[in-house]
Amino acid sequence: MSDEVVIGLEVHVQITSLRTKLFCGCSSNYRDRPPNTNVCPVCLGLPGVLPVLNEKAIEKAVAVALALNSKISEKIVFVRKHYFYPDLPKNYQISQYDRYGLVPVATGGRVVIDVGGLSKTVRIRRINIEEDTGRIVYPEKTVLGSKYALIDYNRAGVALLEIVTEPDFRSPREARIFLEKLASILEHLDVADTSLEGAMRADANISIGGRARVEIKNIGSPRDLEKALSYEITRQLNIVKSGGTIERETRHWIKERGMTVPSRAKELEGEYRYFPDPDLPPIPISKELIERVASSLPELPDSRAKRIAKEYGIGDYMASVLVLNKRLCDHFEHTARTCGNPKLISSILVNEFLRWLDEADIPLSTGILRLSADRLCKLVQYFEKGIVSIKLLKEYVRLAVLEDKDPDDLVRQGITTIGEEEELERIVTEVFEENPKAVSDALRDPKAINFLVGQVMRKTKGRADPKIVNEIIRKRLVEYGSK
Amino acid sequence: MFPPQCSQNSLISSLSIRALREKVREDPDFLFSYIEEIYKVIEKHEHQLRAYITVRPKEEVLRDAEALLKSNNLGPLAGALIAVKDNISTSGIRTTCASRMLESYIPPYDATVITRIKNAGGIIIGKTNMDEFAMGSTTENSAFYPTLNPWDLERVPGGSSGGSAAAVAACEATAALGSDTGGSIRLPAAYTGTVGLKPTYGLVSRYGLVAYASSLDQIGPIGRYVEDVAIMLEVISGHDPKDSTSLKVAAKDYGSYVVDRPIKTYRIAVIEEMVEEGVDREVMAVFNKTLERLESYGLSVEFRKMPIIRYSLPVYYIIAMAEASSNLARYDGLRYGLAQEVEGRLWTEVYKRVRSMGFGKEVKRRILLGTYVLSEGLYEGYYLKAAKVRRLLYEEFMRLFKEFDLALSPTSPILPPRLGEVIDDPLKLYSLDVNTVPINLAGLPALSVPGGFIRGLPVGIQVFGPHFSEGWLLNVARLIEVAGK
Ligand SMILES: [Zn+2]
Repeated sequence: MSDEVVIGLEVHVQITSLRTKLFCGCSSNYRDRPPNTNVCPVCLGLPGVLPVLNEKAIEKAVAVALALNSKISEKIVFVRKHYFYPDLPKNYQISQYDRYGLVPVATGGRVVIDVGGLSKTVRIRRINIEEDTGRIVYPEKTVLGSKYALIDYNRAGVALLEIVTEPDFRSPREARIFLEKLASILEHLDVADTSLEGAMRADANISIGGRARVEIKNIGSPRDLEKALSYEITRQLNIVKSGGTIERETRHWIKERGMTVPSRAKELEGEYRYFPDPDLPPIPISKELIERVASSLPELPDSRAKRIAKEYGIGDYMASVLVLNKRLCDHFEHTARTCGNPKLISSILVNEFLRWLDEADIPLSTGILRLSADRLCKLVQYFEKGIVSIKLLKEYVRLAVLEDKDPDDLVRQGITTIGEEEELERIVTEVFEENPKAVSDALRDPKAINFLVGQVMRKTKGRADPKIVNEIIRKRLVEYGSK
Repeated sequence: MFPPQCSQNSLISSLSIRALREKVREDPDFLFSYIEEIYKVIEKHEHQLRAYITVRPKEEVLRDAEALLKSNNLGPLAGALIAVKDNISTSGIRTTCASRMLESYIPPYDATVITRIKNAGGIIIGKTNMDEFAMGSTTENSAFYPTLNPWDLERVPGGSSGGSAAAVAACEATAALGSDTGGSIRLPAAYTGTVGLKPTYGLVSRYGLVAYASSLDQIGPIGRYVEDVAIMLEVISGHDPKDSTSLKVAAKDYGSYVVDRPIKTYRIAVIEEMVEEGVDREVMAVFNKTLERLESYGLSVEFRKMPIIRYSLPVYYIIAMAEASSNLARYDGLRYGLAQEVEGRLWTEVYKRVRSMGFGKEVKRRILLGTYVLSEGLYEGYYLKAAKVRRLLYEEFMRLFKEFDLALSPTSPILPPRLGEVIDDPLKLYSLDVNTVPINLAGLPALSVPGGFIRGLPVGIQVFGPHFSEGWLLNVARLIEVAGK
C-alpha cells in the first residue's frame, strides 16, 4: 500500500468587511463585546422573527467567486441545515446546498499556488454563503475539564463564506500555502480581515494511502493547519506501523496541546434535513451586478506578484511569497519605496522576518509593528554603510521581531560591525604579534588564514565583517612574504 | 345575527368598527363606557367560553384608551378592542401559542401587524386561545383548555383561531386577528358565524407571527361584519421590509368594495370536487341557496372539475409538517420558554426533557412526520414530490381564474362538531380542512362569510379568487351578508 497523502479543505471565512450580520441589523464586529449584548430577536431566533438578507453579502461572494475563477449561479437560494446544538439559536443554520436542484452561490474554480518554485493548481468545489453560530465558552478552556459551559450569541448570524476544495493537496505544506494564498486573496478583495481571531477557520479531511478519511476540525490559521496535518500523518502512520487500522472519524485540533483528539460530537452527516428556506425567496444574481463587481476588482495576488517582481527586480519566488500576505506585501512595497534596496528588504522579510514569526507564533501585525518600515530602513542604511554586516543584520532582525529591540539602540550600545579599517588594522597587528607561528603557517598554507581571521573576530566579539578582515590579513601576509 | 352573549346586553357590545369610531370621534368619553361594556361581557361569559388565554386588566386598557384620546390619533380603528391570536408576538404581553413550551414567554417585540393596529388607533384587549402552535381545527389542541362555540356550548368553535373567532362572535372584542395555514381563520369564522379573511400570501407581513408552516401561514382579520374585515385588512396589509416574503404592493381602500351591489358582473366557478362526497346535505342546501341569491344579482355560476384538488390534503400535510418540524426546532428551553434544570445534565438530556414536556401530542406527531419526510433518502419521494404537485395545483388555479373571476364553496363540509367528536381521529380531523387547504397551497386569498343557519348553527360560505382579489371577495361577501339578514 502506498502512503500517498490526500487532503481536502473546507474553509470558513467571516465576511468581516460587512457592517452588519447576514440576516439582521446587529454589528458584524462582535469582538470585545460583553457576552450576549450584540444580539436582537432575529439572531436569537425568538418566536416569530424572520431573516432579511444583507444584500451586500452577495457582492462580496461574487467578488470571491470571480477571484477564484468560479462559476456564479443565476440566483441565491438559501436552505435550512438542521442539527441540534446549543450554539445554534434556531437549531438550524441558514446555509446553501448543491443537491435537489438547489445551488450554492458559486461552483468550480481554481487557485494556483507556488510550492517551492513549482506551480500547482488547486480546484475549488463550491462557495456557500451561510450564517455563523454562537460561541460556547468553557470556563476551564476544555470540554472535559469544565463542569458547565457558557454560551455567547454575539457571533450568531455573522456572514460566512464556506469555500470547499477538491482533495488536491498532497502535503501539509501545500495545504498551508493554499490557505495563505486564499487569505491573501480575501484580504486583497477587502472581503475579510483574516488576522482577526476566529475570522478564518479550516476543517481538513485527510486520508493516507487510500485508508479511511479523517476530518480535523477547529483549525485557526495556516500555521496550525500545517501542524495539525503533520501531527495527524504521524499519528496515522504510527497506528499503521503497529498493525492497527485507521477509523473514519472526526477529530479536533487542540492548538494548546499541539495534537488532534477524537471529537465527542456524533457524526451527523446525511441527517441535516436540508430544504429550501421558505422565509427567503431566491434572489437573482444579475449580469449587471457581476459586471459591476468584475470591473471594480482590485489587484489580486497573482498579478501583484508579477508587477512587484518586475517593478522591484526581486525575482519571481520572492514575489510569490510576499503576496501570500497582503499586509506583508504592503509593508514591503512601502519600505522599498521609502528607502530603496528592494532586493535586501524582500530577502530580509521572506528569509528572516517570516521565519521568526513562524517559530515564535507571533502575529504578522505585531511583527510589522516591531520591524516597522522605519526600523527596516535604518537597518538597510547601516548595512549599506558597513556599520552592520549581513550576519549582524540578521541578528538585528531576530531581536527586533522577538524582543522588539530598536536597531538604533543596538547601534548606540556599540553592537556594530567594525567598519573602520584603521581600527581593524590595529587589531590585526595585535593578532599577528601574538601568533607568530600561525602567521608563518599562513604564509606557507593559505588555508591556515582562517585561524587568524577567527582570532580577529574573537577580539571584536564578532562585530567585524569577516570579508573585510580576510582582505586585510591577505594584504598584510603579502607584505610579510615580500620581506 | 349574534349569539346570546351579545344580544343579552345592550347594542353597544356588537358595534361595528366604523360605528364605534364615529361615536368616539363625536364623544371621546364614549370609549370608556364601551370598554366597560365589553369587559362586562367578558366577566359574564368568558369563564364558560374560554376564548382568551390572556385578557389584559381593564385598568391597563382604560389607560391605553386615555392615552389614545389624548394623542387624538383617532385612525380607522379608533378605540376598537382587538383580540389577538396567541401566536402573534406582542411586546410585554405573554405569547404562548397555547403551548406549555411558551407558557411564560413574554416577547420583547411587537409583530408588524400589532404596530400597525396600534398606529391605527386600535387597542389590544387580550390574547386568544388556539390549537397549540396552530396545529388543529377545533381549538381542542390547546394545552390549556378548549374554547367553546358561543352558538352551542357543546360544540367546538373551529380552529386553530377558535379563540379569536369565539371572542368576536360573543362580543368579547370588536374584532380579532387570526392566522391561517390551512383554514385556521376560515373554519372558525364559519363555525362561529363571523367573517374571516385569509389574505393573498405576502399581502400581510408575517413578522412576529410564530411560524407553523412558513410558506402557507398568513395573518388575517376576523370580524362580525364584512366591513370590519375590510377595515382591518386595510390597516394590516402592505409591504414590510422585515418580511422577505412580503410583496411590494400598497394597501388598498378595501372599504370601498363593501357595497350592496356587485361592482362587476362576476363569473363565479364552483369546483365540483369541493361540493361532492363528504359535504353535509344541510350545508349544501345553504350553499345552493347562496348561489341562487348571487345569480339573482345577474352573476353567472358554473361548475368545473379540478381532479388534482384531491391531492391537496396529502400535499398540504407533507409540506406543513416538514416546515413545522424545522420551525419548531428552536424550542429547546435554553433562551426562552419552558426551562429545565441544567446542572449535572448533558445538554441533550435537557433538550429531550424540554421537548417531551413542552409539546403536546399533535405537535409531536407533526414534528415527527415532518422530520421523517425531510430525511435523507425520503426527501425526494415526499417533500420534493409534494412541492411539484403544489406547483401543478397552483397552475390549475391560474387556468381557472383566466375563465372565472371568483369561486365559491362551503367553508367546511360539515356543521361544527361536538367537543371530542373528531379530535381523536386525525384523518377525520384533517378532512375538516378539505376545502380550505388548497387555497393556502396556491397562496390565494379567501374568506368565509355566514350564508345561513341550520338549527341555530351558522354555515360558512367560502369565497376565493386569484391573487390580490380581496376587494372582489369582500364585495361578494357583502352581497351574501346582506341576503342573510
Ligand atoms: Zn441580530
